[in-house]
Amino acid sequence: MNDTQKQALAAYLIALGDDELILGHRDSEWAGHAPILEEDIAFANLALDEIGHAVVWYELASDATGENPETHPNHLAYFRDVHDFRCVQMVELPKGDWAYTIVRQYLFDVAERIRLTALAQSNYPPLAEAAGKIKGEELYHLRHSAAWVKRLGLGTAESNIRMQHALNELWALAHQLFMPLPGENDLTPDDIVPVSANLLPEWEAVVRTAFAEADLTPPAANTSPSRDRSVHTPYLIDLVTEMQKVARLDPDATW
Amino acid sequence: MLTRDAIWQALEDVPDPEIPMVSLVEMGIVRDVEIGDKTVTVTITPTFSGCPALQVMKDEIVERLKKEEGISDVTVETTYSPPWTTDWIAETARDKLKDFGITPPPRLDGTAVEIVLFEPVACPQCGSTNTSIKNNWGPTPCKTIHYCNSCNQPFESFKPL
Repeated sequence: MNDTQKQALAAYLIALGDDELILGHRDSEWAGHAPILEEDIAFANLALDEIGHAVVWYELASDATGENPETHPNHLAYFRDVHDFRCVQMVELPKGDWAYTIVRQYLFDVAERIRLTALAQSNYPPLAEAAGKIKGEELYHLRHSAAWVKRLGLGTAESNIRMQHALNELWALAHQLFMPLPGENDLTPDDIVPVSANLLPEWEAVVRTAFAEADLTPPAANTSPSRDRSVHTPYLIDLVTEMQKVARLDPDATW
Repeated sequence: MLTRDAIWQALEDVPDPEIPMVSLVEMGIVRDVEIGDKTVTVTITPTFSGCPALQVMKDEIVERLKKEEGISDVTVETTYSPPWTTDWIAETARDKLKDFGITPPPRLDGTAVEIVLFEPVACPQCGSTNTSIKNNWGPTPCKTIHYCNSCNQPFESFKPL
């Protein structure tokens, strides 16, 4: 990789890490509030996994560009300005009801699994290895969210309506996952990362089949309202402010 | 005289923080030991990458090895390559997990986890495979919670990875 590609890869990995960190934070908001105790435990662990994966991506980003305090995972999570986050808008939105959380998690899990499968073939071995590792763990996320899609889609009239409502809101937003990530165009020619748009057909095929089996129908509108990962919803500001509050109160504290 | 064997032996004393009946060595977490001039570098690999016990593991390795004579500095490095798999859990550890009430993970031997997950999970207490999964996560990310319909007891099992 040349220097431009190293910088591009760092930007790409930080964006991937941001998706994981912010979704993980939203998942963690169910701790103490989930509809049943099992899900309280499940979502606390899911959050832990996602945040752990964010750390893996941030560390890889740091390795690609050389160690630097600005790219330390703790700095990226707790001391970075909210406008520098590069997550997709879908993960920023408040957790909503249980159906909303499940649909979001499912749409994300399928997209992540497809991306990780491609990244596991990366020409940059550290990235391929990390992707392979994370993919094994994510299987359990997908198994969980997919089971809930079916359970709620085929559950009661109300659970089906809530799922359909969530799907209507999230469907177009989820398409942002298939817009080019920061740095992507510098990396695809050398097969370091996949072309995001090429992952879309498989994702659509998988999720459409699952939704059909769960009596749910994706809406017609499929254009992401935002292409640009530097554009955020106001919800991200609240989330990041809360997430960084303690760390920023005493930046030199040791834990 | 420091030897690698002695270091591996010492590391057998370091328990897994979340499943303390087995050691980090038995879990396949310790991957390599290198000896320098009064220094030791231990390479470990995380089981699940989000495992919150990773730092505790590092601290406990350092604390244990510093008790060995002739070691002034211990470094613990982490690697993701090759990724940890439950197939690296030693037979001795599998027996201990079972005795403790945790069903050990099935051996993959190259079979995809997706396929292995179709297999019934045996109760560690009575051995029955008439069991139901209750949760994909348990007290730790690496375990699932089940219920045995034969002996009417809940139990945990280690996820294959």
